[in-house]
Amino acid sequence: MAPAAHADPVALRFDGVSMAFPDGTRALDDVSFEVRRGEFVTIIGPSGCGKSTVLRLASGLLEGASGTITVADENLGYVFQDPTLLPWRTVRRNVELFAELCGVAKPERARRADEVLDLVGLDGFADRYPHQLSGGMRMRASLARSLTLRPGLFLFDEPFGALDEITREHLNEELARLFVSERFAALFITHSIYEAVYLSTRVLVMSARPGRLVASLEVPFEYPRPPALRFDAAFTALAGQLSAALREAYA
Amino acid sequence: MSASTPGGAPRPEPAGPGATGSASVGRGKRRTERLGPFVVFVLFIGLWYLVSGWAIDAVFGKPSFLLPPPHQVIAAGFLDNAMIRGQMFEGVWLSAQVAFLGLAIAIVVGMGLAVLMSRARWIERSLYPYAVALQAVPILAFVPLIGSFFGFDFTSRVLVCVIISVFPIIANTLFGLLSAEPGQHDLFTLYAASGRQRLLKLQFPAALPSIFTGLRISAGLAVIGAVVGDFFFRQGEPGIGRLIDVYRSRNDNAEMFAAVILAAALGIAVFWLFGFLGRLAMGRWHESTGQR
Repeated sequence: MAPAAHADPVALRFDGVSMAFPDGTRALDDVSFEVRRGEFVTIIGPSGCGKSTVLRLASGLLEGASGTITVADENLGYVFQDPTLLPWRTVRRNVELFAELCGVAKPERARRADEVLDLVGLDGFADRYPHQLSGGMRMRASLARSLTLRPGLFLFDEPFGALDEITREHLNEELARLFVSERFAALFITHSIYEAVYLSTRVLVMSARPGRLVASLEVPFEYPRPPALRFDAAFTALAGQLSAALREAYA
Repeated sequence: MSASTPGGAPRPEPAGPGATGSASVGRGKRRTERLGPFVVFVLFIGLWYLVSGWAIDAVFGKPSFLLPPPHQVIAAGFLDNAMIRGQMFEGVWLSAQVAFLGLAIAIVVGMGLAVLMSRARWIERSLYPYAVALQAVPILAFVPLIGSFFGFDFTSRVLVCVIISVFPIIANTLFGLLSAEPGQHDLFTLYAASGRQRLLKLQFPAALPSIFTGLRISAGLAVIGAVVGDFFFRQGEPGIGRLIDVYRSRNDNAEMFAAVILAAALGIAVFWLFGFLGRLAMGRWHESTGQR
């Protein structure tokens, strides 16, 4: 299910992007970075620093920024803060939604839905309605919905922030596994230092509003990453560095 | 905005504290639920007897024939006289046809207008005042006009039903179409959904709960419209409203109340029907949204 080989090694590029809202709020200030194929890039920063604005601009949900935003891929995955499932659709029909909107034919849609429901461990829950699922399962369904598009670039807007710690760790592990098997480029937003280090190949630190990128950390660990990596000395050291950078960003 | 309580929806038993010792409490609760309607019914009938047998004379000082007791109403309307019984059921059947046709037209017109208004703010701002006005203007004012245009029989009665029942459909459908959450709209924006896809796959399903609220209100109003229309448009086969009027003018109060009961039963039947259709359409998912 890997996306076809791409000529362009850069999945997403922000070049001197600034964004001010009509009410005068400056959300982003001269933000430049790129997400290359094979990279899992996480942006971490204080609440309200404009992290979500980066994703909304990258996906085209938000317009009006100055600077250049280049998205190399048509197939965009997007997981929101809330699962945003449609309550009147079963899990299966929710998972099929994006493929449906993109005009994928019905039999192919059903095939892909089966495949991704299996991938995220929701096989057996296909005919449930969202209100019958736990928070973690809803997030899995939300993840599956984007996976049906076989995204080359996957955007995550603090998807696991509302979940309990254990569920969150489980989903981090599953996402890291999907990153290896599905080979998408990822841009992930979070508040959590541990989540950022565990998932990413690179972590960017954003300052308080207006958001500027103030630090960048490479995370050298190989995938697959075992759950116990979180207690490794090298991991903890990196988390410490990130924490220090984040403190400066809050200042 | 019109609103009503969800009619007849089975209320989920709250899984409260002390679940272990609650078996008898639960059974008692269920007994109360079955007993409640029965007790209220008995009280209602008792009150009726009290008023017709005693209070009407002793308290109000009116002749007792004005409100015959329940058994006389049932006997006079449905048991004693086959001809009257036939008249009654033909009348209510005709009124049901008037109400259903009127309601059907109101649904098509009302939902169509609501969809149109949901497309753009300026359309809503231009049309909505007229919808409100239609609701507020007394139907009596339109009677001569409607009668002279469409005749004093079936067509005009249907039109009264449409006028009287269309507003809750417009208001509730529009409210529902605009109630889809911004996050859900983002999903459709993200993948460049067409306006049609957004309407059919997002806005319309999101609107279903309030559409059915509107339908239940409008269904009752359509029955009122059919009865009221009978009072104004007196040609053609008599509906239940005409019968009420005829019995009233003859001082046949037992028959009149029997006809009123039939009209009320028709109202309850259509209200129940739309409640049932609503549960059929959204029973499996709507509980979640209803409980929030």
